[in-house]
Amino acid sequence: MSLWIWLLIACVLAYAWKLVGYFVPAKFLEDPRASRIAGTMTIGLLASLTVVNAVASGQALAADARLGAMAAAAVALAFRAPFLVVVIAGAGTAALLRLLGWN
Amino acid sequence: MGLEPAQAALARVPAGPQAVKLRASPAVKVGISISIATGLYGISFGALSVTSGLNLWQTMALSLLLFSGGSQFAFIGVVAGGGSGIAAMSAATLLGMRNGIYGMQLNALLRPTGWRKYVGAQLTIDESTATSTGQADPAEQRRGFWTAGIGIYVLWNIFTLIGALAGSGLGDPRQWGLDGAAVAAFLALLWPRLKGREPVAIAVACAVATVIAVPFVPPGVPILVAAVVAALAGWLSHGRRDEGLEPDIEPYAHPGGRHARGNAADAGSQPGDTPDQAAAP
Repeated sequence: MSLWIWLLIACVLAYAWKLVGYFVPAKFLEDPRASRIAGTMTIGLLASLTVVNAVASGQALAADARLGAMAAAAVALAFRAPFLVVVIAGAGTAALLRLLGWN
Repeated sequence: MGLEPAQAALARVPAGPQAVKLRASPAVKVGISISIATGLYGISFGALSVTSGLNLWQTMALSLLLFSGGSQFAFIGVVAGGGSGIAAMSAATLLGMRNGIYGMQLNALLRPTGWRKYVGAQLTIDESTATSTGQADPAEQRRGFWTAGIGIYVLWNIFTLIGALAGSGLGDPRQWGLDGAAVAAFLALLWPRLKGREPVAIAVACAVATVIAVPFVPPGVPILVAAVVAALAGWLSHGRRDEGLEPDIEPYAHPGGRHARGNAADAGSQPGDTPDQAAAP
């Protein structure tokens, strides 16, 4: 139940961010710092989410089939594969490596 | 319809249905193809969400109410890693900050009034922003935004539902490599933003900070540590102001087809669609 509460708060705050943009005076656009932080934070969070999902198991670090998935996804992206193909490459590689016994 | 100057002037009259043939609008075409491409990967979100431990209704609530791909994946990614609800909420919310910046750009560009502001806000995401800001003509900017926004919203939710229904019948998600799919999805969201040395340096620094933090703090919190590192980097750096800030997709085929506000002058011809030939009677 508490997951529901945080989920709905996340939804409200996501909408709040979006709406704020439509109501702040346009001159805030001229402040480069807010824009830069929004940009760097997006990059930092996505990088962090990538590695957390690749190597973290709770509070432990693990080198398992997910690392293979990350490598496969990177190769697919380097070949400019579309999003869905990248995701399938990641899943397929992890599944295959597990089948071969690398957890 | 090719946007000759005279026609462009006509089209600038706020979107009356007869103002322009919608099917001939380059922005509408781009918006539709972006909608299909983006909507489809709602399947992967739906499947990953239910295998992360969210139920069908929670999954749909994220797609219907939160509606921002990166934040949705962040929320389920933290939950899947054993993180708390508050950590999931925090990661999703920090990722959503850029939508506020997009909102400012779109508000200046489209000048929506009344209820359109409130509906448009919910549709303000990477893809709708990119489709709109890539157009030079104000009427086309408006059409691009609404076509991509509404199209993605509808398809994203339909395909989330399909993915969630399929995912819940899969059994052990690890057997299907779905944890690998999540890694791939985050990397795919990150990849288009790594356009220069500085974004790469920030990504590496945040990845390292995350790995160092994992053993010492509860699950979910390492992501917030990375957010602090990234915010500091943004605060202290002096590079080009919009580096890394562009929406993370490129809806226009040729290089230079996307333009920030203010560069619109050289966006005269729209890529890919050759509207003039297409619409020639």
